[in-house]
Amino acid sequence: MTATVWAAIGQFGILLVLLAAVHLPLGAYMARVYSSPHHTRVERAWYRTLRVDPDAEQRWSTYLLSLLGFSLASVLLLYALGRLQAHLPWNLGFSGLDPATAWNTAVSFTTNTNWQSYSGEAAAGHLLQMAGLTVQNFVSAAVGMAVAIALVRGLARSGTDARIGNFWSDLTRGALRILLPIAVVGALVLAANGVIQSLDPHTAITTITGETQQALGGPVASQEVIKVLGTNGGGFFNANSAHPFENPNALTNLVEIFLILLIPSALPRTFGLMVGDRRQGWAILGVMTGLWTVATGLLTWAELAGPGLAPSLAGAAMEGKEARFGLAGTALFGAATTGTSTGAVDSMHDSLTAPGGGVAMFTMMLGEVAPGGVGSGLYGMLVLAVLTVFIAGLMVGRTPEYAGKKIGRGEITLVALYVLTVPAAVLLGSAISVVTGPGLAGIQEAGPHGLSEVLYAFTSASNNNGSAFAGLAAGTPYFNTMTGLAMLVGRFVPIALVLALAGRLASQNTVPASAGTLPTHRPLFVGLVGAVTLVVVGLTFIPVLSLGPVVESLS
Amino acid sequence: MKPTRTLWTALRLTLVLTVVLGIGYPLVVTAIGRVAFPAQAAGSLVRDDAGQVRGSALIGQSFLGSDGTPLPQYFQPRPSAAGYDAAASSGSNLGPEDAGLAAAVAQRRADVATFNAVREDQVPPDAVTASGSGLDPHISPQYAAIQVARVAAARGMTEDAVRALVAAHTQGRTLGFLGEPRVNVVTLNLALDG
Amino acid sequence: MNRTALALPTSPAPAGHPGDGTPPHTPRVRAGRALSWAQVRAALPGAVRKLDPRVLRHQPVTFVVEIGAVFTTVLSIVDPSVFAWWVTVWLWFTVLFAALAESIAEARGKAQASTLRATQRQTTARKVVAGQDTLDFGSRLDLLETTVVPSASLRVGDVVVVEAGETIPGDGDVIEGVASVDESAVTGESAPVIRESGGDRSAVTGGTVVLSDRIVVRITAAAGATFVDRMIALVEGSERQRTPNEIALGVLLTSLTIVFLLAVATLQPFAVYSGQKQSVLVLVALLVCLIPTTIGALLSAIGIAGMDRLVQRNVLAMSGRAVEAAGDVDVLLLDKTGTITYGNRRAARLEPVGEVTRTELAVAARLSSLADTTPEGRSIVDLAEHSIGAGAALPVDAVLVPFSAHTRMSGVDLDLDGEPFRLRKGAGSAVRGWVRSTGARLPEDVEAHLAELVEDVSRSGGTPLVVAEQLGEAPARVLGVVHLKDVVKEGMRERFDELRAMGIRTVMVTGDNRLTAQAIAAEAGVDDFLAEATPEDKLAYIRREQSGGRLVAMAGDGTNDAPALAQSDVGVAMNTGTSAAKEAGNMVDLDSDPTKLIEIVQIGKQLLITRGALTTFSVANDVAKYFAILPAMFVGLFPQLGVLNVMHLSSPQSAILSAVIFNALIIIALIPLSLRGVRYRPAAADVLLRRNLLIYGVGGLIAPFLGIKLIDLLVSLIPGV
Repeated sequence: MTATVWAAIGQFGILLVLLAAVHLPLGAYMARVYSSPHHTRVERAWYRTLRVDPDAEQRWSTYLLSLLGFSLASVLLLYALGRLQAHLPWNLGFSGLDPATAWNTAVSFTTNTNWQSYSGEAAAGHLLQMAGLTVQNFVSAAVGMAVAIALVRGLARSGTDARIGNFWSDLTRGALRILLPIAVVGALVLAANGVIQSLDPHTAITTITGETQQALGGPVASQEVIKVLGTNGGGFFNANSAHPFENPNALTNLVEIFLILLIPSALPRTFGLMVGDRRQGWAILGVMTGLWTVATGLLTWAELAGPGLAPSLAGAAMEGKEARFGLAGTALFGAATTGTSTGAVDSMHDSLTAPGGGVAMFTMMLGEVAPGGVGSGLYGMLVLAVLTVFIAGLMVGRTPEYAGKKIGRGEITLVALYVLTVPAAVLLGSAISVVTGPGLAGIQEAGPHGLSEVLYAFTSASNNNGSAFAGLAAGTPYFNTMTGLAMLVGRFVPIALVLALAGRLASQNTVPASAGTLPTHRPLFVGLVGAVTLVVVGLTFIPVLSLGPVVESLS
Repeated sequence: MKPTRTLWTALRLTLVLTVVLGIGYPLVVTAIGRVAFPAQAAGSLVRDDAGQVRGSALIGQSFLGSDGTPLPQYFQPRPSAAGYDAAASSGSNLGPEDAGLAAAVAQRRADVATFNAVREDQVPPDAVTASGSGLDPHISPQYAAIQVARVAAARGMTEDAVRALVAAHTQGRTLGFLGEPRVNVVTLNLALDG
Repeated sequence: MNRTALALPTSPAPAGHPGDGTPPHTPRVRAGRALSWAQVRAALPGAVRKLDPRVLRHQPVTFVVEIGAVFTTVLSIVDPSVFAWWVTVWLWFTVLFAALAESIAEARGKAQASTLRATQRQTTARKVVAGQDTLDFGSRLDLLETTVVPSASLRVGDVVVVEAGETIPGDGDVIEGVASVDESAVTGESAPVIRESGGDRSAVTGGTVVLSDRIVVRITAAAGATFVDRMIALVEGSERQRTPNEIALGVLLTSLTIVFLLAVATLQPFAVYSGQKQSVLVLVALLVCLIPTTIGALLSAIGIAGMDRLVQRNVLAMSGRAVEAAGDVDVLLLDKTGTITYGNRRAARLEPVGEVTRTELAVAARLSSLADTTPEGRSIVDLAEHSIGAGAALPVDAVLVPFSAHTRMSGVDLDLDGEPFRLRKGAGSAVRGWVRSTGARLPEDVEAHLAELVEDVSRSGGTPLVVAEQLGEAPARVLGVVHLKDVVKEGMRERFDELRAMGIRTVMVTGDNRLTAQAIAAEAGVDDFLAEATPEDKLAYIRREQSGGRLVAMAGDGTNDAPALAQSDVGVAMNTGTSAAKEAGNMVDLDSDPTKLIEIVQIGKQLLITRGALTTFSVANDVAKYFAILPAMFVGLFPQLGVLNVMHLSSPQSAILSAVIFNALIIIALIPLSLRGVRYRPAAADVLLRRNLLIYGVGGLIAPFLGIKLIDLLVSLIPGV
């Protein structure tokens, strides 16, 4: 066991070192991508085709409208691809998705949730995976990054009439200049290590004992990489990153964790550079790292200790986990996937130990800000920083300011609504589901764990995570509809609020800092943001958590 | 910009992105993969001496008789919620306090101990728990170790010969700290047959 | 002889205490007053009136508690139990305590307002009794019959008589007479100005002081009576509008309330699923304990008390918004004269001219100033005696020549062995004129030397005072120059350092030239200065700072300050200033003490800190309440949750009741703090944050654990709970 503990510390350490090494150049690169006035020749042709002016600065409302229009188009296209699968090429003979599943899937991938109420290898052909799901893996991530950048511009700009950039240009650059190059490299690394990449159909082979088994084909590596890089999490196969063809060994496991955390942990740097004060970026990164380290530590401890009835009978909490990753590698992946909005899993979270599952759930409840999804992590954390500044700023006797912007009534209203939205979706969705017939029907296990399954589902959907306590039979019309609604609310209401906030901030004049201004880059503030996050989320969810994971853990 | 115009722009953009990211990008990666890592890209298939494909080194298989009982001449993999059906990857998704899971674990422990003629406390955790994918090709070296005598007896091989094969199919931690030491049951059993 | 008439031409009355008939204010109450039972009793009826839902609706948090209390009352009637009634009663207490907090703050404001009214009547004016149309302006002024009235009662068109040493009671025009007027309190310029009837030098400004002679003034603007009335309404709280920060905090508190409403409302389905439906009474109790009742109850009391604290310091704010803005100030514009320097120049050096020795000059300067009791005159005597030692007193037959606006000189005529000996001092041109009039011709080199000395002194920001003597009827001769200079007040440097630590830059505004301004700025330790400042310059400076996103505060009193006061974010008008200034600013300092700005800034900050601290405290309290209530709710269903009962509360019911009682009592306990404001010492932001977090954040975590445990010990004695 001590060897395992050291291995756990070692992999955590090497991960941090890798991320630390990469986040400076990547953060600077992203800042350049989103700030550069120049378009590449390809992009110019691209914009001509689309008939958009990429240099037209949009007000926040136009930006939002463009974003919603784009997301609506994505939902429609993906819904059509799912429904019409039977009539399209490369369908492996699968029929079209039923309406509820098609809606749930379209919403799920457009909102960067990638909750899956279908089984990849049993329902989705290669065309749907490539042209539908892979594309949304890219663009939903690019949308999240665009929103984060818009908010950063709001903080960085001074008196600009609420203009926060051009959505079409931000989306294009995010997808083509940032995600695509990393994805190509990452896909090849994964493919070299055994992740399959072919357009072959599944074919039957004879096993060693003479049985028949399907040899699977599919463009997995190209989708797998963007699944993690874009913190999407929708698996090519049902077992997601626990599947040997998605995640063949411990090295790919670490690569996937690295890719999950790559952009979220580099964006604070981008933020620091764009607002012209790198220390602000360090502070945000500090809060993210702190919270995530604690979550990782707790999750790893829970899984290594293996409390609970079944784990103690088995001798370790190996149910639902792969032998090649081990407990530590699984816990690290679990913390990465729930700390971001990824939702990919390399083990079945339903079978995590009670405290481990509770930590995974709570990490999502934090709003996925540690370090959060691509873009959504940064804007979520910035909103929390603004909230902290408001309370702490009053305590130093000034109208609160963040990055030189006053946080007044309008700003705090948007922040308050932001903080309110996702918990409301989680609590209402879960509460309705545990007292209504269709909701109760999906619960696999009675008692506290059943409550955890439902709570996890709505926490995951509303926070656009996508992982599940998969014992919950969520493939029913009821859960498809409810989680679909939770995903939409959890994605677009916060985005609208964030863009409105960006607009308000952009039209404000920047106030220069003085000794009387609350410094938002010191350790005290970093700790305070973490504390405010924990307290606000804790107070909201403690009652329900105490009936689910807490009771389970105390069994 | 009017809402309808925005929507048309959005649709055009979605289509262009679909062509670039949904068709162009996977095809390019596939092409490179086919040239650079053909074996891995095709699924790390393993063949018998006759050159016949018998599975994938990455995908576990069940080694059961026609009556569903484990075959003693093969190393047994971990329990699987998917029955090693490669087209239906899945875990049990049972929670830590689930009574059914607890009963199953106890039952498996007893079965594994009996089957391999070892004490119950010698049965390692991976032998009594189902993996996440249901396709885990690996077992722990401990689980392999308690199976050596049975396999050797069933095959009329010396335990040392079996142990040597096990060692040949055992991987340590990658780079010394990633993952856990493990034995690939698929390649090991194929090697036993070969 | 009128001794005061001997005042030097350059001697205004001490700033801050113009002889306006008002005794200088001693600050009435410095620290927050203690809360007495009498006050609580007096506020109780008002508190009960506030329980009206239509009134309470505006305080969402307390309103939710009231609705909860109504609910539990109904439940207790339907299904009575000791526990239910205890909870119900304490929920009502919670609402009442919240109303009481606001009521007490308002009552204190009202008391303050009546004091304010009395203050206003203390300024007086000598009003001409006869109707103005019957006035014969050719008649002798001292024959006009006058009566003393409060200046606040003056109306437009009234005519008043003002003599040397008196304050002009309001803005008006001189209709008779000529006088030198000290307008330094208005303009900041220490040199007196001549005001006379007719022409464009006839306007006088309220609050300015007549130094010599006597004038008749027709009032053209009523003294700020309407302004003060508005103030009184504000202080009483009847016209109180919520300030931007208060509104923003209200939004946050409302959203927290909604969050907890959701958490508690959805707890019932979860409880039903888990197999133990909860009573509505317990859910209401949990909700009330979780929502930020403490800060919700005290929020408006904090605001009212903040205004009240300003009034205690004799500052009237036009709006709470201005008080809040004071906490945000980045730049402070302070007039040099009377604020940074004493405003009365002091003799610094004696510069003899030509062949004259320093001793000769010292003797003459001393003699000419012996009868002068102004600080400036004294300072000349002090300086002279420092170099030549104390000399003889003035002979009894000495004839003092008073300063007049016509001669711009003062002096003394002595009898020196039978020969008349005349000493004169005054402005360079006036004295030289006098010397020439005696037939003297200065040698060219002496003339040049004198000119050079005068210029040197002027250039360094001082005032040159030329001294001359005439023995008998011989031509007079110039002895030299007394260098009068501004002296920086003691302790100013430290105050500016304090301000700097708070992040506030101080800018000194002066009419002096650049060099002088620079010298004094360096001496006083201000961050920047604005020299030779015209009203336009001030305005431009403020605009420039504001365009950089900074908030500017300034104190001003003159009409020419009005645009700058209006432009600045916090404009404090001196009570002695013009009504134009008072209208333009958003605060008035009754003490007319420009350094009061610093205190105003501190009060603004204290107001915000109190709100932030109590919000933090309120939210931090919730942690302990969860530990009290949640195990109590579910321990029957899940015995393992008993582990969370870390306070070892005696029973589930007692745990819930104790939390409710603590929640109500903490409001009462914090009323004095909300009225007084949390302690504020100027410091950098992170120092303040650390201290307040420690006290109110960590304290807020720990206090309820102790409080609830203590209450539980008592509650467990109640039979039936």
